[in-house]
Order: sequence, then structure tokens, then C-alpha cells
Amino acid sequence: MEISNVILEMKHISKHFPGVKALDDVSLTVRAGTVHAVMGENGAGKSTLMKCAFGIYQPDEGEILVNGKTVRFTDTRDAIDQGISMIHQELQVVRSRNVMENVWLGRIPHKKALGIKWVDQKTMYINTVKLFEGLGIEIDPRTVLARLSVSYCQLIEIARAISCDARVIIMDEPTSSLSENEAELLFKIIRQLTSQGVAIIYISHKIEAILQIADEVTIMRDGMCVGSWPANELDNSKIINRMVGREMTSRFPRRDYEAGDVYLEVEHLTSANPKSFRDVSFAVRRGEIFGIGGLIGAQRTEMVESIFGLREVKSGRIIKDGKQLRITCPRDAIRNGFALLTEERRETGIIPMLSIVENTVIANQTINRKRYTGGRLFLRKKRRSEDTQKFIEALQIKTPSLLTQIKYLSGGNQQKVVLARWLLTEPDILILDEPTRGIDIGAKFEIYSLLVEMAKQGKSIIIVCSEMPELIGMSDRVMVMCEGRVSGFLEGDQIQDQSIMHLASSYMNTATEGNGGENEYESKK
Amino acid sequence: MEEKTSMKAKSKFDLRLFLMNNAIYAIMLVMIALVVAVKPSFFSIRVLRDILMQSSVRIVVALGCMFVIISGSADLSGGRIVGLTAVIAGTLAEQSTYYLKYYANLPELPAFVPLLVAVLVGAALGIFNGLVVSKLKVPAFLATLGTAMLAFGISNLYMDAEPNNSQPLGSFTDNFKALGSGSFHDIPYILLIAVFCVAIVWILQNKTILGKEVFAVGGNMEAAKVSGINVLKIQLFTFAIAGALYGLGGCLEAARTGSGTASYGTGYELDAIAACIIGGCSAGGGVGGVGGVVAGVIIFNIMSYGLTFIGLSPYWQYVAKGVIIIAAVAIDVRKYAKKN
Repeated sequence: MEISNVILEMKHISKHFPGVKALDDVSLTVRAGTVHAVMGENGAGKSTLMKCAFGIYQPDEGEILVNGKTVRFTDTRDAIDQGISMIHQELQVVRSRNVMENVWLGRIPHKKALGIKWVDQKTMYINTVKLFEGLGIEIDPRTVLARLSVSYCQLIEIARAISCDARVIIMDEPTSSLSENEAELLFKIIRQLTSQGVAIIYISHKIEAILQIADEVTIMRDGMCVGSWPANELDNSKIINRMVGREMTSRFPRRDYEAGDVYLEVEHLTSANPKSFRDVSFAVRRGEIFGIGGLIGAQRTEMVESIFGLREVKSGRIIKDGKQLRITCPRDAIRNGFALLTEERRETGIIPMLSIVENTVIANQTINRKRYTGGRLFLRKKRRSEDTQKFIEALQIKTPSLLTQIKYLSGGNQQKVVLARWLLTEPDILILDEPTRGIDIGAKFEIYSLLVEMAKQGKSIIIVCSEMPELIGMSDRVMVMCEGRVSGFLEGDQIQDQSIMHLASSYMNTATEGNGGENEYESKK
Repeated sequence: MEEKTSMKAKSKFDLRLFLMNNAIYAIMLVMIALVVAVKPSFFSIRVLRDILMQSSVRIVVALGCMFVIISGSADLSGGRIVGLTAVIAGTLAEQSTYYLKYYANLPELPAFVPLLVAVLVGAALGIFNGLVVSKLKVPAFLATLGTAMLAFGISNLYMDAEPNNSQPLGSFTDNFKALGSGSFHDIPYILLIAVFCVAIVWILQNKTILGKEVFAVGGNMEAAKVSGINVLKIQLFTFAIAGALYGLGGCLEAARTGSGTASYGTGYELDAIAACIIGGCSAGGGVGGVGGVVAGVIIFNIMSYGLTFIGLSPYWQYVAKGVIIIAAVAIDVRKYAKKN
């Protein structure tokens, strides 16, 4: 690797928060034209470090140098002026406005006349087209963002950063909501940017992606820097060992597949939304972990949410244990032994300002009222705490107390609380939509082990998963969806990267790429 | 290990946090202290009784409003529902000797009849609000604004009908007047009713699954839905409870003042919302409690009473209210921003 100029240097950064030392003497050196990955479990301090680099936080100790000059950022504007941009995990776009207005947000080209700044649509359009050409992005600048998928919104944020003359772009989990295809597109753009001398700081839990794209890797643990290495000296297990500081022989718990009788049958399920899924049929056995793969826009989330009664179904049957069910709302589903861990933890999972207890018992108390009232009028506080405590221990949820508001927990612990919520209802069929998104490896493994344990108890587990290794590592059988249809099933040794990708894109020729994303957004609304 | 240390950090007393969380009570005490400093005679049983009596109706209305705010909605119809139910209760409570008696052939009714009717009318309007919000998906802000106008129109039409011709109501039966101004061992009935409502609402909110579900819906409606909560039902319930409490408030207002016009209750909804917000309810839903709301109402009443008491123009209270509301929300926003 050619040694290029150091563009951003962070030296001996420390940052304290009340009661916590979030960063302890961390240094980071980023060279122009490279991708520098920062890795670590949740709570390792990656985000805090990046927030220091982007001027959201001010470090207590240490200095930041841009192009060799010491800088002090008091807010993000200072950082942007020095050529540093950040693409947040939650995209900062205005969905109701069009692409070019989003790109030039706050800096819309204008002409002055009569003392008023008039929007210069033409210049804005031309500038956007030029910018997109340079990046190889093919989107009509006049498209309203609501019509585009998340991945395109992300590209627009990147374009915005470039248009601000960013020399360093920080990307926080950029592929967490992208399918493999879309991630590939992002990588292409990243390579293009680095060839133009831009440095990318890439924060992610996804080791495969990092090994593919990064030049250098810095690993953090507990607010400290473990070290930095060229990416080609690292591999999967080296990264994991350095991140967790312990040997982890396997990322997925081992087990033998011994599925029982068919337990859940879904027949010809068709969405009421004509743009969504149609004619989906599959069967899941007892004790089976059933994976559902596909790209974004494959309508997997819509499909499982329809089974759970969250979305309207036009036709089709759901049969559990030989009996046909009528599910029109989540409560019906829960009563019939279903549980659904939804895709977006913040949107549809946690209730941020309520306590761990409230977040844990919420689902069970809607169906098992008597358990919490004992047939009386008032709640039995003790029973609620006991149930919660049981799962805090079983799932090793780290929380200061039962009454802590859930928003103060880390992503992994929040996810465990939501999982506890569902385990408390003692489901027969557990559906998990992207169960390990944005949570650290340690917590991931614990969740995997738990799922295996549940499968052993004869429950049926359905996982919707976009992360290839997870889908392959966990599933006994895989159903792949494409454009709202089932494109195939895989079993045993057939479950491989290529076979899944092949099926996931099998109907792609018939529809345009943007279309899938469009459905995704519209049906979400 | 880690767990233990963080537990320690949490259990340590944090004065700033304590003040932030309990700012409302501190403000209340400071205000009382200020007024007493200027006029020591403010500190008397009689004044206290007056303030609490004046607060009673407002507390009842604010409690209703609180339910809606916690569920993540807004309710602008409170004041007008108070107005409508006040005139309805009033017309049912007129003495049979009154020459303008609205229902000329109606015998004199015991006080609980107009009270019950007012509560039911209020609840019906609340349910109407709830249906418009949950079924027709009209944003609560606009739905309840519509209901407010509707209620105001109806109360004016009602008052304008023969033989009343928009005259203020009066000549209520003795037992209806007693409801508003009578007392039990020096404790006004009206205050007892307010305390009773506070207790009921507190229990409903903290001790029943329904109450917990209101918090969940306000905290994250989507998550509540996924967890099997019937969000429509919760919305209907919160608006119905709110309406019933407004109805009770309207009846008590007529009884307390011994009169009634269509403009009764004007602006009560905004005072109620203000009391909720300074009382710690988050405008976004999911957070709030009875104690803060009661303190919020009392603060506003101490303020208007206290200002007159020390000889300042009562109009200053609006200036002060405005400042307090903005300050309270500014603190509130910081409270949540800091922790994130």
C-alpha cells in the first residue's frame, strides 16, 4: 500500500461523561485516499470518537489535526468547513422534497432580484447532474425522495458531503439497512471517492464488508484503542478476537438439525397492497430455524408483518398445527402463539421513555391480563418485576435497574429487552426480522444461542435476515424472496452465498431496481 | 462488575437532576414565598381555601387533558365542552319558580342528575373526538379544534332558544348551589370532588393495565400496536375519559358560580394544556403524572390570586404565564436532550 498523506489525525483523545470514561487516550490516523475502518463492540467508544471528530462532542484531552494543523471544533459547522462530513446511521434527509433540494439543503443556488433570493432551479439541476456524473449515481435529481429506497437516500447524503468539498467522510454503519446489491453499489462509490483522494472512516460491525473495503482497521474496546492494522493483515477471527478480547471459536452456535412435524403452513398469502407480496407459500417445522433471504424490496418484512396481523391480506391461509387461523390484528397473532421482533427497533420496538419493566411486560399483559391483575382491579407490581427480573438474568441484560428508561441501554441490551418481551408470551412461533441489526458481536452470539435453544425446545423460528453469514450460519432451511414472490427454497449444503444471491435476483430483469424501494416506502406508510 | 459500578453512579444523589425533575414544586414554593414576603397575610387558611376552590374545576379539566397528552394526542376542545356542559347542567338545575325556567315542566331535580347528564354529554363529545381521531385519522389538533367549535355553536344555539334568549342562567336549586359552594367540615365539596378525581385518575394511571397502555401508546404507538395493544381503543378511551372530566368540570363551574353562559370555560383548554406541560407531561406523549399536573394548576392559580393580592394588575398573570410555559418547556426539552 502506498503511503499517502495523513489528512486527519486524532491524538490521545479522552472524553468523560458523568460516571463514565467514554474515551481513554485514543489515537487515530487517517490517510487521504484510503478507507479506514473503526471497529469495536457497542459501547467501545467508536461513535463518541467520531462525534469528537465531527464536532458534536469536544474532547476533554488530546488534539485533532487536519492536514497537520491543530483544529478545535466547537460545532459540526466547523468540522464541515475543515472538510469533514458524517453520514449518520439515521439518514438526515427530507423525504418529502426532491433529490436536488436535499443535496443542496441549506445552500440552494439562488439569484438575487428585488432584494429577495430566488431559487435557481436550472443551476441546481445542472450542478446536481454534474455531481452525480462524477460519482456514477444515476438518479433523476427531480425525483421526490419518498419514492426512493433507503440506499438511494444514503447516496444522496454522500453526494451532499462531496458537494461540500468533504475530504474526510465518516460513515456510521452505512450498510445496515442495505441489501447486498445496494451495499455493492455503495462500495463502488466509496472506491471512486478514494481514487479521488477522499478519506473514508467506516464504522461497522460487519467484518466481511470491512475486509472487502477497508485499507486500514482500528479496533477499539472499552473506550480504548486496541490498535491499528492494515486490513490485509487481518481476517475474521483476528478481528473478532481483538474486538472482544477473547477467543470466540465460532460466530454461530453449533447444533444438529432435527426438525419435527410441519407446524406452520402459509398458503398463497397475497397482500392487499398490489405492489407488495403475492402468492407466498411455505411451511415451517417444529424445531426448525427457517431463514427468509432476499434483497431490499423483496417484501419480506411486509410478508411477516402480514402474518402477524399488522398489514392487510387479500387472500391466503395461515395454518398452525393443522388449524386454520384468522388473524386480523397483532393481538390475534399473539394469542395464537406468534411473536414478531420487528425490524426497526426504535420505530416499532422500544418505547424509549418507559422503564425496562414496562417494555418487557407490555405484550404479555395484553393477552394474559389475569397474570398481572390476579383477577382484581389493580396491577400486581411484584409479578411484573419478577417476570422482568427473570429475563434480565436469563438474557444477561445489562441495566442499572428495572426502572431504568430503556433509552439509556445500549442497542444490544435494548434488543434483548424486546426479545424478552416476546419470550415472556411463550410463543410457539417466533418471527425475527433482522434480529441482530446494529448490535455487537457478543450480544449477537447470545441471541443466536437463545434461538438455537428455543428451536431445541421444539419451537418454530423464522428469521428474516439480510446479512448473508447470519442467514447461512443460522438457518436450517432458507426461503428466498424476490420482488414480492418466493423465488426458491434452499436446504443444507445448498445454503450458500451464490445460490441465495442467484435466487434473490431471479425476477430482477422484469422490474426496475428503484421500483422495489418505492414499494418498500409506500407500503410502510 | 460493570453493573455494580453503574448502579452506584445512579444511586448517587444528583441535585441538578433532582431539581430538574421536581422544578415544578420548587417553583410553587418560591412563588408562595415571594407573595408571602410582600404580604404576610397571604399565608392564611382562608386564602388557601380560596385558591384550592378556584383550582378545583381547573384540576378536573386538566386531569382529562393530561390523559390525552400522555397518549400522544392533543385536545383543544376542553374549554368549549366545559361551556356546553355548564349550560346543560345549569338548565337542568333551575328552580321551578324561576320565570325563565328553560324546561318549564321539569320538576326540581336532585343535584346529581344535572351532574350525571353533564358527565355523559362530555363523555359523548370525547368519544366523538376519539372516533374522529382514531377512525377518520384526522390529526388530534384539528379534530378537537373542530369539536370545540361545534360545542361552542351548540351551546350558543341552546342558550338562544326560547324562553332563554341567551340570558345567563340563574336561580339554581339550593342543592345544586350547595354542590358548588357548600362544604363538609369546612372542606368545600367541590374540592373533595377534585381530590376524588385525582385519586381515581392516579389509580387508573398507575394501577391498571389500561393506564399502562395509555403510556405505551403515547410513548411509541407503533411499538404498542405490535405488542398487541388495541391503539384505537386506547385513543377512544383517553378522549372519552377526558370528555367525561370536562363534563364534570362544566357542571361544577356552573354550580360554583351559580350561573352559566355559552362562553363559560373559554380558554380553559389552553390553561389545562399549560398546566400539564409545566407539570411534567411531555408534549410528545408517554410521560406525565397527576402530581405535576395538580401542582401546575395550583401554580397558575396562586399566580393570578397572588398578583391581585399584592396589588399588581391581574393582567400581569398572562405575561407571567407565558414566560413560565416557555421556560418550562425549554427545561423539559433539555431534560430529555441531556440524557440522550
